[in-house]
Amino acid sequence: MLQFVQLVLNGSSIGCIYALVALGFVLIYKATEVVNFAQGELMMFGAFFAYTLITLFGFSYWIGAAGAILGMMAFGYLLDRVVLRPVLGQPAFAMIMLTIGIGYVSRSVAGLVPGWGTAAYAIDTPFSAEGLPLLTTAETSLVISEQNLSIIGATVLFCAVLFAFFRYTRIGVAMQATSQNQLAAYYMGIPVKSVFSLIWAISAGVAAAAGVLLAPITLIDTNMGFIGLKAFPAAVLGGFGSIPGAIVGGLTIGIIESLAGFYLPQGFKDIAAYIVLLAVLVLRPEGLFGQATRKKV
Amino acid sequence: MTFFRAENLAIQFGGLRAVDGVSFEVREGEVYSIIGPNGAGKTTVFNLISRIYDPSAGRVVFQERDITGVPPHRIAGLGIARTFQNIELFQNSTVLQNLLLGRHEHRRSNLFSEMLFLPHVRRMEVAHREKVEEVIEFLGLQHHRESRVSGLPYGIAKVVELGRALCTEPKLLLLDEPSSGLNPEESEDMAFWIEDIQKDLGITVLMVEHNMSLVAEVSDRVLAMNDGRVLAEGTPQEVQQHEAVIKAYLGG
Repeated sequence: MLQFVQLVLNGSSIGCIYALVALGFVLIYKATEVVNFAQGELMMFGAFFAYTLITLFGFSYWIGAAGAILGMMAFGYLLDRVVLRPVLGQPAFAMIMLTIGIGYVSRSVAGLVPGWGTAAYAIDTPFSAEGLPLLTTAETSLVISEQNLSIIGATVLFCAVLFAFFRYTRIGVAMQATSQNQLAAYYMGIPVKSVFSLIWAISAGVAAAAGVLLAPITLIDTNMGFIGLKAFPAAVLGGFGSIPGAIVGGLTIGIIESLAGFYLPQGFKDIAAYIVLLAVLVLRPEGLFGQATRKKV
Repeated sequence: MTFFRAENLAIQFGGLRAVDGVSFEVREGEVYSIIGPNGAGKTTVFNLISRIYDPSAGRVVFQERDITGVPPHRIAGLGIARTFQNIELFQNSTVLQNLLLGRHEHRRSNLFSEMLFLPHVRRMEVAHREKVEEVIEFLGLQHHRESRVSGLPYGIAKVVELGRALCTEPKLLLLDEPSSGLNPEESEDMAFWIEDIQKDLGITVLMVEHNMSLVAEVSDRVLAMNDGRVLAEGTPQEVQQHEAVIKAYLGG
């Protein structure tokens, strides 16, 4: 039993990373109806920004983490302003292809930047990988590492800040309004295009946070963005348009992977997420938190 | 000084001249209606005024300010609100939330005090809510305050959209076919509200409308259009009896 709880706990921390990346997918999709297939690459850039600040320039972990998040927010804003806005108004298909292109270019560019390259890097964090005992019985004990704790704690913090932002602030409410009806948003005085850029900034910032948190576990390399392939089913699982759904979806996939890795034969760990996704889509096509819509006739 | 005027507005879509040199003036405090058969270019004129389209020629002047180059999201700040022919509401929100969004332009505070919900933010929220409650009372929406818009009947949604426009505290209200899709009783209510908006709230109304009895009932002056051009302008009676207008509606 304790072992099961331990596996759930381990799965939750990687699940939090999936959740943060999935959150980035959902934020952009909700507001702009574009699926950003470069979300994983934004995370990769965030991790490299942190690596640059911490390892190459010698800043402290906290300054590096904050710098990476703020830097990526600026990067996300500019990405939308410079690359995506000229395509605004074209079919969603064109914009999605563009994001796939951004993903490819990002991986190549990251390999070319001096000091980055194609090797795998680590950053020093104040959190140890050593397990802290939570509960000890005669045979075994329940442990959680500081690293995992930092991921879970940071995810909770980011979610709380985002919740307050969308719920209470003028610009947050304007973003929600924009996601529901762009035309009406214009005539309420909401600058819809700037809202899109801000959404990209927030989404890139969340991705950077995920990258910084993930770095000590998987190391930083140009292909770490492929984690987006796990976060995408997490977002679909939660119902793609739903922010709480993305978080629950991410946690679910993380926990299932962790359990599948232990209880099922080798190889199931990587496909478990997709098996669950298929099962959910068969039984509840709108996702766990999605709203079933029926066309009015 | 003229309150609002359109000067020689024109726009082409491909080879089609949807609006071709339309000029008119709206005086402060009046209800001014634009009528015409389907495809006459009425809604296009509206979309030119509210800056969805850029005119290929002409100017839009509001309170002696040329607004032809103003982006759509600045229109509300100038004191112009509009409704849409096919209702554009925030479907997944409640009536109250929709109306509160009408206050967006009037909200002034910063991110951090909002996230912490400081006392002055709270006071402002209360003031906005009071303004919204006035509109709810004015339009009799009390029973629907907490209803989600997606579940409302068409007629009520139309009133909510009117309410949201009023919450922006406009000086000029643009109504695009306010009675379309309404039953006769609801149209009658709409007529009363338009009169009250003009007389009690002192808001100038510019509307596009098909329902001639509504137009005749509330309008001070009417502009008739056909094929993107002005046919006639005058009081509702004058325009209805105008030879070119009769010809446009009946053919021949």
